[in-house]
Amino acid sequence: MKKPLSVLLALALVLSLTACHGAKDVHEFQLPEQFDTSRDYTITFWAKNDTNMTQVEIYKQAIADFEALWPNITVELRLYTDYGKIYNDVITNIATDTTPNVCITYPDHIATYLTGADTVVPLDQLFADERYGLGGSDTRFDSPTKEEIIPQFLNECYFDGCYYAIPFMRSTEACYVNRTYVEKLGFTLPQTLTWDFVWQVSEAAMAKDASGNYAVNGQKVLIPFIYKSTDNMMIQMLRQLDAPYSTAAGEVQIFNDTTKDLLLQIADHSATRSFNTFKLAGYPANFLNAGQCIFAIDSTAGATWMGPDAPLIDIADEKLVDFDIEVMTIPQYHPEDPKMISQGPSLCVFNKADSQEVLASWLFAQYLLTNEVQIAYAQTEGYVPVASKAQESPEYQDYLSRAGEDNELYYDVKLQASRLLLENTDHTFVTAVFNGSASLRNAAGQMIEEVNKSTRRKQTVDEAYIQDLFADMTSLYRLDQIAVDGTADKLLLGPMPAEAKILLGTLAAAWLAIAAYALTETIRKKRKTSPPSC
Amino acid sequence: MKKFLALLLALSMLLAFAACSDSASNGTTDPSTDPTTESTTAATDEATTAPTTEATEPEDQLSVMTFEEYMAAELQAPVCVETYVQATQSWWDNKITVYCQSEDGAYFLYELACSEEDAAKLVPGTKIRVNGYKTEFEGEVEIMDATFEFIEGDSYIPQVLDVTALLGTDELIAHQNEFVCFKGMTVEEISYKNGEPGDDIYVTVSKDGQSYSFCVEIYLTGTETQVYQTVGTLSAGDVVDIEGFLYWYQGANPHITSITVAG
Repeated sequence: MKKPLSVLLALALVLSLTACHGAKDVHEFQLPEQFDTSRDYTITFWAKNDTNMTQVEIYKQAIADFEALWPNITVELRLYTDYGKIYNDVITNIATDTTPNVCITYPDHIATYLTGADTVVPLDQLFADERYGLGGSDTRFDSPTKEEIIPQFLNECYFDGCYYAIPFMRSTEACYVNRTYVEKLGFTLPQTLTWDFVWQVSEAAMAKDASGNYAVNGQKVLIPFIYKSTDNMMIQMLRQLDAPYSTAAGEVQIFNDTTKDLLLQIADHSATRSFNTFKLAGYPANFLNAGQCIFAIDSTAGATWMGPDAPLIDIADEKLVDFDIEVMTIPQYHPEDPKMISQGPSLCVFNKADSQEVLASWLFAQYLLTNEVQIAYAQTEGYVPVASKAQESPEYQDYLSRAGEDNELYYDVKLQASRLLLENTDHTFVTAVFNGSASLRNAAGQMIEEVNKSTRRKQTVDEAYIQDLFADMTSLYRLDQIAVDGTADKLLLGPMPAEAKILLGTLAAAWLAIAAYALTETIRKKRKTSPPSC
Repeated sequence: MKKFLALLLALSMLLAFAACSDSASNGTTDPSTDPTTESTTAATDEATTAPTTEATEPEDQLSVMTFEEYMAAELQAPVCVETYVQATQSWWDNKITVYCQSEDGAYFLYELACSEEDAAKLVPGTKIRVNGYKTEFEGEVEIMDATFEFIEGDSYIPQVLDVTALLGTDELIAHQNEFVCFKGMTVEEISYKNGEPGDDIYVTVSKDGQSYSFCVEIYLTGTETQVYQTVGTLSAGDVVDIEGFLYWYQGANPHITSITVAG
């Protein structure tokens, strides 16, 4: 009886544990009680900038300031200008166990990184640590508490049952509008842009004069409406219409009638050439600044490139056209209930065999949330700081109040873009994270790209085309191979369910009973085998 | 005692299974105070690398075009050309970007569908037939969504064409994508895309008082090449001779393949 009992017990234990955890490696991170300052640590930080040298300088300054506080930690910076490249390099380095210590990333990407056991450190324990956690007593810097991080932004980093990242900067998309041309066409900008309005103005702008130039700009080139990130375009359209995209567990739902209708509508505007995308035409900012675009949708983090007075310009001076620019929320289907994407870089900490090294990495990652770094970096683009501590600081408030004082630090369009997100944080959303969510996002954008290209290539875009496109996307992005995680919903844990409490209590009782039984048996055996005392 | 233990074990197993099951009643609970918010992710500003893509081939079989016919074709029209590989950028994810030139003109093949095995065969001089679509991106006329096949037989590597005298003129664009050289250019500024070695290098040079933007494209020449290393040592005022492909981005933006300090 005892052997079967032991096997059963072991089985029960294994089953109960696997119900609560994913695969774990031998290097599962254990938070040290004390950070060992007698040792030196060299950690690597893979950072992304927007081809913006000021951002690079801020990273370098942050590292220098952090190293001054923690002289036993050296941070080596590796710079990227492309999230995709970071993602590819991390994937490559997971295989060789040479991941960076801290990395700018997106939660979608982390979901892929997590397919390796204990690759990315869950941060819950670190957040909560009194000494080294958020706002901890022994960090040597003034970092925000967990409560001071904007909840929407922090929640974006919570998936698979844990916090796997901390937000670093946040942006959304904005529609940069050539108001001069809108009004020249006889329209008045509404308070909130709608899709109907944008399409209507875009079509009206296609009228040409007798010499074959577009009447509104007098040029041979005009793309009234250009969208930079077509994945965002589709995702936001669907969310505004409350149409399915995916479940939290990874069930792909994007291939539906609403998507089909949206694609057909987009095809209509591609056919008239009133709409195009970055991938096929070029940067929206360049067309906008040349007076060749009326509605340019791009990230608020691209605001410094937008407008004839922009501090960053990529076109020749002689091509620049003067116009009044308006920074507006992206078009809406229900302007009374606006919805827009939340985006921007987050930070994750990679696991290492040495838990002290991980702790050093965490301290650096957390340092990037201090007001000094947050405010400085947010000012480089239309970003906003991720913590109320920085957002509400006198320094940041002063910055916001000085819009338009110059065309550099206080560039009006950039500050308007930041304000747009600050005022609409409650209207932002993000999509579910799962292993494969990055592919689904790519497919969402690619469908628009394909429809746009096919229309321009005089191919028939109809219902049959869309059905084929759905099938192609499913195959190309392997969306039919995404494992729908039945535990995903449960992993988004709130309070521990009653059944789990009962389970744990029962297991504890079983162990106590086993221990008592074993003890009793041992004593009984000992009594039987002990030689009689003299 | 044993019966009691068995009962406890059975109960714990049952509950363990229950803990595994997907209970709809659990719903999705966010760790924050808002219980209705689902676990989510921030969106990407930029597209990430997609899985292997397959180019859609033009539906009709086209006859091979001359360069003149290619240039006359409308944007987004299907095109078919036979040309010779001059250089390639890094292969990645079954795609490769190729600089090609024939005797009558040059082509830029953007993200040509290509296996890694075939990419290794795309050496300078190799003749290929390309089917794709003519597009334009920021002034650069290129072929995208293309497939190719190797053509046995001759090969071609052009002599470098000196276009120094065409800088700043409307004639220069006629040589877009060709292998060209510029003599006696004065370095004005060298700047790394990232502020430090490891990424593209932006090279601003001047001639006769006019400034021009050139680029060392790391996907073409890499960071360990002589050209990358040499450019990194240049200073303002140096006079250089430059060879490269006449790429276009809002105007001429040659991709440098070699650079020498003029004697």
